[in-house]
Amino acid sequence: MKRLALVLTLLVSGVLTAQVPIERVRNAAKEPHNWLTYSGDYFSQRHSLLTQITPANAKNLEQQWIFQAQSLEKFVATPLVVDGVLYVTQAPNTVVALDAKTGRMFWQYQHTPSPDAKLCCGAVNRGVAILNDTLFMGTIDAQLVAIDARNGRPIWKTEVADVKAGYSLTLSPLVIKDKVLVGTAGGEYGIRGFVAAYDPATGKEIWRFNTIPSPGEPGSETWENEAWKWGGGSVWLTGSYDPALNLTYWGVGNPGPDLNPSQRPGDNLYTDCVIALDVDTGKLKWHFQFTPHDGADWDSVQIPVLVDANWKGTPRKLMYWANRNGFFYVIDRATGEFLHGSPFVKQNWATGLDAKGRPMLAVVPEGSPTFPGMQGGTNWYSPSYSPRTGLFYISAWDEYSTIFIPQKMEYVAGQRFMGGRGRSGTPPIRRGPINTWTEEAGHGAVVAIDPATGQRKWAFKMHDVTDSGILTTATDVLFSGSRDGYFYALDARTGALLWKAIVGGQVGAAPMSYQVDRKQYVAIAAGNSLFVYALRE
Amino acid sequence: MADRYARTAGAALALALSLGGGVRAQQHAGSYTQADIEQGARLYGAHCSACHGPEGNTVANVDLRLGQFRRGSSDEDLARTITQGIPGTMMPPNKFTSGELFALIAYVRTMREFGARAVALGDPGNGRQLFEAKGCPACHRVNGTGSRYAADLSDIGALRSGEALQRALLDFSGGVPAGRRFVRAVTSDGRVITGRRLNEDSFTVQLIDEKERLVSLSKPDLREYTVSKTSAVRDNKEKLSAEDRAHLIAYLLQLKGLDRPQTGPRPR
Repeated sequence: MKRLALVLTLLVSGVLTAQVPIERVRNAAKEPHNWLTYSGDYFSQRHSLLTQITPANAKNLEQQWIFQAQSLEKFVATPLVVDGVLYVTQAPNTVVALDAKTGRMFWQYQHTPSPDAKLCCGAVNRGVAILNDTLFMGTIDAQLVAIDARNGRPIWKTEVADVKAGYSLTLSPLVIKDKVLVGTAGGEYGIRGFVAAYDPATGKEIWRFNTIPSPGEPGSETWENEAWKWGGGSVWLTGSYDPALNLTYWGVGNPGPDLNPSQRPGDNLYTDCVIALDVDTGKLKWHFQFTPHDGADWDSVQIPVLVDANWKGTPRKLMYWANRNGFFYVIDRATGEFLHGSPFVKQNWATGLDAKGRPMLAVVPEGSPTFPGMQGGTNWYSPSYSPRTGLFYISAWDEYSTIFIPQKMEYVAGQRFMGGRGRSGTPPIRRGPINTWTEEAGHGAVVAIDPATGQRKWAFKMHDVTDSGILTTATDVLFSGSRDGYFYALDARTGALLWKAIVGGQVGAAPMSYQVDRKQYVAIAAGNSLFVYALRE
Repeated sequence: MADRYARTAGAALALALSLGGGVRAQQHAGSYTQADIEQGARLYGAHCSACHGPEGNTVANVDLRLGQFRRGSSDEDLARTITQGIPGTMMPPNKFTSGELFALIAYVRTMREFGARAVALGDPGNGRQLFEAKGCPACHRVNGTGSRYAADLSDIGALRSGEALQRALLDFSGGVPAGRRFVRAVTSDGRVITGRRLNEDSFTVQLIDEKERLVSLSKPDLREYTVSKTSAVRDNKEKLSAEDRAHLIAYLLQLKGLDRPQTGPRPR
């Protein structure tokens, strides 16, 4: 009885102390038992400092609990864990608070989105952000909702953009200083993208950076006529932040219409860019465009991974970026200077990159396959960087191509605005449990890249393609999954398979790790459920 | 804006369908003009086939050739789905004129037969005799008779056009499509297993073997594993006369499957 009382006290006090002032978010790396932002911390390395699970004992991992979502939509969220409480979203926009040890539910909050929501690729949500006692969720009907982390009650709701015009929020917000930052999806609907900052207390907008400049603004010279009005430039994945530089970095999506570049002459800034914004003002400090005048839907919507490392012998503030266009880049994140770029998958659309990182275009004959295909050499799948191995790990689609067929298309508000189509042997997003067709259509791989050279150190090849993110740990264990329904642990140094679990559904999320009561857990969403593993006792 | 357009297009179609005097209103499945169907085929190829596939069956739980839809199957339902899309799925809203919409529906309604026009058709009865005489049932099963080793052809006439069947019987030089390939595996103890691949992932493969057993193999445990792109059927290129081919295709096109409505007992 006494013991029960103690356990109860611990549980209750655990919840009551789950306050996350901004200092804790900024120093998230110092409390590896928690997971306080989408990518683990502001540098977005998705690297856990927990050490209980090792290459030697990973074979003893076993399932601890499963959370089955009440939704058949893809489960793509990364959970947060705060002092024993796990917060995650189930599609489309329900937040749940679970006991991180058992998966038992404390509360749930359901936002019922407007039926006007228009989604290119599923009514999905990638998770919540936390500040103090408040959770923040973007919704598929383009709202930002603040929720009490202790009881799941809504505190405020703000309309971020017009849902009827094709705007939607699928990303996990990012809390920096006294602001909540979000971006918008909708790149297939001719939106005008943005990153916006909100007051966490009231939901009032503080600043907004439009990813498509209006006439007269810097960058507008890269558009002609009225094309900028429906120029796209969505931002549907969480950015990163460097507190020392006070810059926040976001990947910007494709121009609209996606597949018919002749309708929008010019480089189409700031589509397919990484943008560096001043957190206080939202002003653009610098940008780097990976794919000018894109006609392949190659959103630069990847996680900006920030690394402090030597570059050619000198310590430098770097950014590693494996882009959907098939090239791996190293960028100076203080200035935006291009330092390195080389293909990490088969590509045939560029003869190379020039000294400034701009692609030199090759000719792909009409009706011929472009490598990589529309889904890219990689996509939004979280990469990982391990400071121990010095390697950058990405989920890649190898030998994958698309035949692009552009078509002229008029913009109509709220309607799909693709400007053509692509033909590919690989189903783009998701399909059923039978796979007999990927031999010629490409395959997935976890690829370890040496950032100094851009060369592959090793690759773990899969039969199917992969939509999974990657987690590494301070014991050189790498976790990832696959579309064919496995979750596995690899040796981060060699790529050797250490352990695998059958999760019975496509992994389309990124793994994370946390610790409660001296036990390390690893969580991954797959199919419609969240699976949690730890070492057998 | 999208809704208004969709309502307008849907209303236009509904109106056309309800007006007995209109030329369009008299149209129903089976009596579309060739011009409509061909326009529909072009539109389908341009706007729909990327997701639905050339055979109309690559979206889960949707088979356009079989008339299997998720959201109602009347012309009005189809028009609504095409113009408004299905929220929360990959099916987007589309902008078509009412004429284009009509052509698309005409094509979807007839895509099972589309293409068959270019194919010579013989006598289905002769085709059936040939099917047996040429030894096809040694590998293929039709309505409960024959081997399950190769594809079951009981509903092949519903799934494939005459053109596609002719291609399959004539020329497999492009190789067997990935979905119907045969594999050969050698286990660590030297057993050789061949079969038609049913499914495969990074670590396992599922197949049906020559003795019609369902077999699942662990790939890391295999000494050898190969996927064959060639088909036994290609040998028939020389064996089958043009006349025989026409008979066979006529027979195969008649095979519409056991899952048609009102045939056989229905589950309660």
